[in-house]
Amino acid sequence: MMSEVVIAGVGQTPVEEHWDKSLRELGLMALKAAVMDSGGLRPQALFVGNMFAPQLSRQAHLGALIADFAGLTGIEAATIEAGGASGGAALRAAYLAVASGAVDVAMALGVEKFSDVIGAKVDAALATGGDSDYEAVQGLTPTAQAALLMRRYLYEYEVPRQAFAGFPLIAHANGVNNPNAMFRKAISEEVYRQAGVVSDPLNLFDVAPLADGAAAVLLTRADLLPPGFPHRLVRIAASSMATDTLALHDRPDPLDFRAARLSVERACEKARITPAQVDLFELHDAYSIYAALSLEAAGYAERGQGWKLAQNGAEPAVVSLRGRLPISVLGGFKARGNPGGAAGIYQAVEATLQLRGEAGENQLPNVRRAMIQNLAGPASSAVTHLLEALDG
Amino acid sequence: MEISRHWRLRKQRYALVGEVCPHCEAKLFPPRDICPECGQEARTTYNFSGRGEVYSYTTVYEPPAGYEENAPYTVALIKLEEGPIVTAQLTDLGDQPVEIGTPVEMVTRRLRQDGDERGMIVYGYKFRPVLARVSA
Ligand SMILES: [Zn+2]
Repeated sequence: MMSEVVIAGVGQTPVEEHWDKSLRELGLMALKAAVMDSGGLRPQALFVGNMFAPQLSRQAHLGALIADFAGLTGIEAATIEAGGASGGAALRAAYLAVASGAVDVAMALGVEKFSDVIGAKVDAALATGGDSDYEAVQGLTPTAQAALLMRRYLYEYEVPRQAFAGFPLIAHANGVNNPNAMFRKAISEEVYRQAGVVSDPLNLFDVAPLADGAAAVLLTRADLLPPGFPHRLVRIAASSMATDTLALHDRPDPLDFRAARLSVERACEKARITPAQVDLFELHDAYSIYAALSLEAAGYAERGQGWKLAQNGAEPAVVSLRGRLPISVLGGFKARGNPGGAAGIYQAVEATLQLRGEAGENQLPNVRRAMIQNLAGPASSAVTHLLEALDG
Repeated sequence: MEISRHWRLRKQRYALVGEVCPHCEAKLFPPRDICPECGQEARTTYNFSGRGEVYSYTTVYEPPAGYEENAPYTVALIKLEEGPIVTAQLTDLGDQPVEIGTPVEMVTRRLRQDGDERGMIVYGYKFRPVLARVSA
């Protein structure tokens, strides 16, 4: 019998270029914040979501590093690496550890430190998330890969180029009220239209900025919470993970994010809900095209129609803060920033704040259920969690 | 230096040697030993023709380490005439605009220079427009 797993504490650092802070210091900041938020629970196991530390900081073995630095020497700790989905995969590991009864309290901590290295070395590190022998060797980068998908999407579905403005416009508008977001300024359609090309057809606003950050989520069972727990209780109703071919070119239909679809189906099946019963969706908007493909994979739009959910008409866009299915509610990858292997934990923190009613100016009314989805590359891995507020 | 790694891949890099599944006849590139179509073992080599068309393409302006000297360069998904799609750079473009559907053929070119002091150069496949050869 699997135990019910609740979120006891959440913590995060601002997402930015933390020149003055090291990997371990960032990790500790988020860890301490989550422990304090929980009322002082001590994790018995620590799962660190990280992808780049061995390459960019010459540091592997983050489990022992961070447990040691946090004064938790002795506990179980290890890195979980699944490319850009490392954070989501670490959350799933922590969930399984508590749900199985193996431990009473587990922490998922995402941490990423990009800013110790700049330029071509970062791009080379990013490329290792794809197929080294058949993709990276050709000089392909994750951004170029998103551009390949976007160009094919525009061609196959005859979508107007400007339609993709909807996603960054919504993300930037939502980031304004998030004190931890990298960008806190709304942008206009005109700004989007005039933005410089990054990898055609992607422009600057189609690509989420990489930056440093750490976020942590502390999980336990409801009966172990300290007395007088001050937050509305949020449980993890489902956790799932799926993979697709590592290389994008090995798929019969590159525009089908199959792993994203499978992970949503598995999560919804476990929670016995349909995607329509979700009140908000934190998706993986590392690129605006990925937002559209994720919405389609989750079944919120037909193939080739995902972009329409970000268009304002007589009603506000479906995925805007005032729409039926808000996404990127605190800025998403685009405005909060993309802290690599930590991003999946930021999603969990932000969704928890919404479900608790602690999301500040961007608080959504009457939200009970959130879906969060963390992808690696073009959904070569996909991790989906369903979070649910428990009333009473 | 990774010499042995590049050596292992020489048949793929220089000659697009893939596999054909003896059970369902699916053509596979890159070779992968287990057929994704039928799940059975596929180890029969198959020489791809090197002809195909552009499925999608883009330009890389900010290259990874080792690729700086070619930048900006065009990278594409090429749908081979036998079915599989491969990721590859386009080369010898001249003034011709690339489009989805442009017919291309494989050529061997320098892919990258390894970043150490001995500077090992890696060669492999790129694709060029078929029409460029006719008009040249
Ligand atoms: Zn077969």
